[in-house]
Amino acid sequence: MTAKIYVTLKKSVLDPQGQAVARSLGRLGFAEVQDARIGKYIEVKLDGTRADVRDRIERMCRDLLANTVIEEYRYELGE
Amino acid sequence: MNFAILRFPGSNCDFDALHVLTSVVPGATARFAWHKETELGSCDAVVVPGGFSYGDYLRAGAMAAHSPILGAVRAFAERGGPVLGICNGFQILCEAGLLDGVLVRNASLRFECRDVHLVVEGRPTHWTAAIPAGRILKMPIAHAEGRYLHAEIDVLEREGRVLFRYADAAGGVDAAANPNGSTNNIAGVASRRGNVVGLMPHPERAAEAILGSSDGRLLFESLVARGGRV
Repeated sequence: MTAKIYVTLKKSVLDPQGQAVARSLGRLGFAEVQDARIGKYIEVKLDGTRADVRDRIERMCRDLLANTVIEEYRYELGE
Repeated sequence: MNFAILRFPGSNCDFDALHVLTSVVPGATARFAWHKETELGSCDAVVVPGGFSYGDYLRAGAMAAHSPILGAVRAFAERGGPVLGICNGFQILCEAGLLDGVLVRNASLRFECRDVHLVVEGRPTHWTAAIPAGRILKMPIAHAEGRYLHAEIDVLEREGRVLFRYADAAGGVDAAANPNGSTNNIAGVASRRGNVVGLMPHPERAAEAILGSSDGRLLFESLVARGGRV
């Protein structure tokens, strides 16, 4: 099974990288860009039933993949 | 007093710390502890040095925080043992939960590498007890992820756990003296018990006059002078 995990900065956390990207897009002529936020995408291949996998992914996110002081996570389970 | 200096793949301030703790600070001896070890062995204090442990993969300090040696450091800290995290070492201790908060990308987006001034405050700790409050220290910084964030900054402040704040040469704390956008100009903090301390500036690179400042020695001398007691 594949888990697609998205780790993003909480809305309250300033993202200067995202701001720099938004400014660059503006300079390239994409005047409609108002903001950009940068996050991480992590693909994990693993074994187990869907119910077990959800529990394990939650723990992986809390223990290592995300720092919940500043980040949020969500995930999708694929085939 | 015997110091254990942790080494990870990507540590690069380990020899600076070893030099200071074997050749500069009287009464100190030191040796390295490799990240794969599960025991610290006999030591009186632990230094987690700067660098780019595990290439800063995922987040600065995140991988090192789960390395085998950190289990031993956690047990040492729980027994009240003094632990100092410098730069990447501070990031590692935050990721390991031995210190509160987290260090994220500098607001400037630049790798900030220069001398800064710090003003010392907060509750006395193992590493600061011999430094008078209000003392201004000059040390270099060299980091890209030094913006300190904490979910309950008021609690940290109220408990006197902010030990170092970025300031100007006269001790003025304002936005102009803040090199990375850190909350409340915070450069270093202590654990609730006070034995674990982390800071982004490099005291081990400012421990001899020939390097432009010897203020950094005060942290190590503070610990040695009191035999590890506050």
